[in-house]
Amino acid sequence: MKRRRFLTAAGLAAGGMLLPIGCNSWVAQTSSSDTRQRLIVVLLRGGVDGLNIVVPHQTTEYYEARPTIAIPYPKTKDGAIDLDGFFGLHPQLQDLMPLWKEKKLAFVHASGSSVLERSHFQAQDYLENGTPGKKNTQDGWMNRLLAQLPQDRPTQALNVGVTTPYILKGEMPIASLKPGKHSIAPISTDRPPVDRAFSSLYSGKDDLSKAYQVGKKAREIVLSDLKQEMMSASRDAKSANAFVDDAAEVAKLMVGNAKTQLAFMEIGGWDTHINQKPAFDNLLPSLGQGLATLAAELEPIFADTVIAVVSEFGRTVEENGNNGTDHGYGNVTWLMGGNIKGGKVYGDWQGLSQSVLVENRDLPVTTDFRDIFSPILHQHLSVPRDRLELIFPNYEYTNELNFLT
Amino acid sequence: MMRQKLSGWIAVLFLSLVLWSGFAVAANASDDLSQSDLRHVLERLSFGITSKQLELVDRVGMESYIESQLNPQLVTESRVLDDYLTELDFIRQNPIENQQKVRRWAKETQDSRLSNEELVKRRKEIRELNDRARDEAIFAQLARSIYSENQLQEVMVDFWFNHFNVFANKGASKLWLSDYVDRIRAHAMGNFRDLLGMTARHPAMLIYLDNKMNIAPDSPAGKRNKQGLNENYARELMELHTLGVDGGYTQDDVIALARIFTGWGTDILGKHDDSGFFFYKLRHDNQPKSFLGQEIAANGIEEGEQALDILANHPATARFISYKLAQYFVADLPPSSLVDKLSKEFIETRGDIKQVLNALIHSEEFNDRQYYKQKFKTPYQYLISLVRMAEIEQPNYKRIQGMLTQLSMPLYLYAAPTGYKNTQDAWLNPQAMLQRTSMATAIANGVLNRDYSVKQKRLQQNFGELSANTKRVLAKTPPKLRSALILGSPEAMYR
Repeated sequence: MKRRRFLTAAGLAAGGMLLPIGCNSWVAQTSSSDTRQRLIVVLLRGGVDGLNIVVPHQTTEYYEARPTIAIPYPKTKDGAIDLDGFFGLHPQLQDLMPLWKEKKLAFVHASGSSVLERSHFQAQDYLENGTPGKKNTQDGWMNRLLAQLPQDRPTQALNVGVTTPYILKGEMPIASLKPGKHSIAPISTDRPPVDRAFSSLYSGKDDLSKAYQVGKKAREIVLSDLKQEMMSASRDAKSANAFVDDAAEVAKLMVGNAKTQLAFMEIGGWDTHINQKPAFDNLLPSLGQGLATLAAELEPIFADTVIAVVSEFGRTVEENGNNGTDHGYGNVTWLMGGNIKGGKVYGDWQGLSQSVLVENRDLPVTTDFRDIFSPILHQHLSVPRDRLELIFPNYEYTNELNFLT
Repeated sequence: MMRQKLSGWIAVLFLSLVLWSGFAVAANASDDLSQSDLRHVLERLSFGITSKQLELVDRVGMESYIESQLNPQLVTESRVLDDYLTELDFIRQNPIENQQKVRRWAKETQDSRLSNEELVKRRKEIRELNDRARDEAIFAQLARSIYSENQLQEVMVDFWFNHFNVFANKGASKLWLSDYVDRIRAHAMGNFRDLLGMTARHPAMLIYLDNKMNIAPDSPAGKRNKQGLNENYARELMELHTLGVDGGYTQDDVIALARIFTGWGTDILGKHDDSGFFFYKLRHDNQPKSFLGQEIAANGIEEGEQALDILANHPATARFISYKLAQYFVADLPPSSLVDKLSKEFIETRGDIKQVLNALIHSEEFNDRQYYKQKFKTPYQYLISLVRMAEIEQPNYKRIQGMLTQLSMPLYLYAAPTGYKNTQDAWLNPQAMLQRTSMATAIANGVLNRDYSVKQKRLQQNFGELSANTKRVLAKTPPKLRSALILGSPEAMYR
């Protein structure tokens, strides 16, 4: 398939979908875009230990396999926060409990990729290209998804980070937000004479020109949204935590004039081969707080938002020799949003007995990640069913989980 | 012919006997190269063209230049670089002594009589020593990349460091960074097995991929401390350092290899010798192992050496390294004919990196014009090339380090063991274009050295013929922005 969507998007103004008004504002002609559904994907790179996130606290094998790193029973010291009498949440994620109680938060346990792959990089590639087992896919599934949505401004899809991750790679242009505190610090090309020179140099149709043009347009929109936020009071209480700050900015761009519909964020540091407990105690509070911030700041459109937290694989059921865990397989997927039927742990949980484990060591995958995202794309983002094939090729999904309202 | 040119080159460098017949022969070598051919070779074998390089090639010929770059021991190092490196203290200090110092200070902080103020001060000292060791290692490498006469060697240090990546902020790594990079440099054009063996024993790697914690559960140490296997190093050793992810190994091989490497640990306080490495017999798995279809008899540390031999001589390793070299030096999707050629050379020379590079540089594919200016520079390559091509003296290295961070490529701070990629799809995106052009503008305006002005004439000389589009825009750009425009042009972003 020869796609030329990039040019369509880069030439939006000419195509008549968008009218640049003044110098900073972009107004869509269709008002329906105000009610567009949103999707945020948060990737925990390194293979997070899902068994210590959503803890099977009624499973004897769990405690046997993890004499030093298991999360204790609920209501004991440092114990899990009980979710449903069987599973419990890691105590450092208490910021998410209000969402669980409001039934806006759900989990799918024993989920992941249909292809067993213990290499981080290969497993991440499969999760991002959306074609497990097929390595040479050129683009990422979120980029293919963007191609299937009604086109809007260049900030429609946003990456928090300076380099484009595989999941967003492809022909559609992606805006990016620099992570951390100085996301909108002034740069030389903000100055008109400098921009004039480079805009002229990069006015062609080559890769560099396309990137420059999209970058300029996206920056104008992002600057105008975030400058307003800078002036508002909430900004003064900036936390020291980069993920929480980034989450607030993403929410601003989704609610604001940037009308960001798809966003991708990532956090590393989950490859806990050694001393897992302090690592989790350090990483989880900011993740929980960041997700809670997203939910709070997205309040006006939270009913139209799905937030999914994924990781390339889970970790060994048994702890290793260094109070950590090695690369495993099945994992937990987190789902948040206004139309998630929350307060429930979904998925086919088969326990942790030796006969169930893959290669006698790992939680199996009973739900393919594409079975989680396909209904989100189809029911939530209104991608026609026959178009799902373009996003997850050669995959037939069966919506058995039924986690959307 | 080759030998004659080499001897001519040695004479030029060391004997200064310029006026002899060998010189005349060598000088002819570049005659049949066009400007674009010549620039192509220089851009791929260095971090950016300088007027000094152009003069040198003009004088001795391209073949002699390549010969000298493949034999760094024959090249006199730049005075500018040597002078700068002598200013740095930490890169020459013994990491073990610093480690002992840190340990001593850390012990002092345990002293309950210490006042709060003193405690804070001690902790700050420890942090500062670590950070300074890391920063100086970074500054030294930036300076080498910019000013070393052995450009190809430094390019290979960039290649190999990312291949054998470590993360500076893990554990005690900071103190060992400079030593690790120096050892990579020492083997960068040598034998692959030696390089691999160095990394396997280096504290930076043992810390980074956790092998220092890899202990046989049934060994005396494992039982006493209730510790066990750690697969991290074993897996990445096969996946990223040697065979490649498709190299045909299984999870059982990962476990066997992890068992083979039990006991390979660090001795960063120098209790045994000053290598930083120690083989802990009491942590080792003394059972026989089956690895990649071969039976490995229980033999202590020698099992690890045997495994490294198997891996270094494996055809999958030859192919994997060859693919990565071809991708780094020729094209993001390298022609398979070239990968075949390099694999063959790798196997025949038993991993002689210099010979593989020689085959690469003289290959039809490397010299095929369709690949000229097709490699999009990584942020590191881009920034270093701007400093070189603008010939900025005494740049603010801290500033360069900051710019690399902004471009998402801080040196020695990539946390995942894959190292940084060097392909266009990894680095070209809208945000990156705004940042690169903005940094080019800042650099043209003197942000790296306020006392040195970037001259448009010098830039044009080092960049050679600009494209019609760049020339068109340059002509209508105000003079004070012209240097910025050249530094931010497509010509500057591709090599």
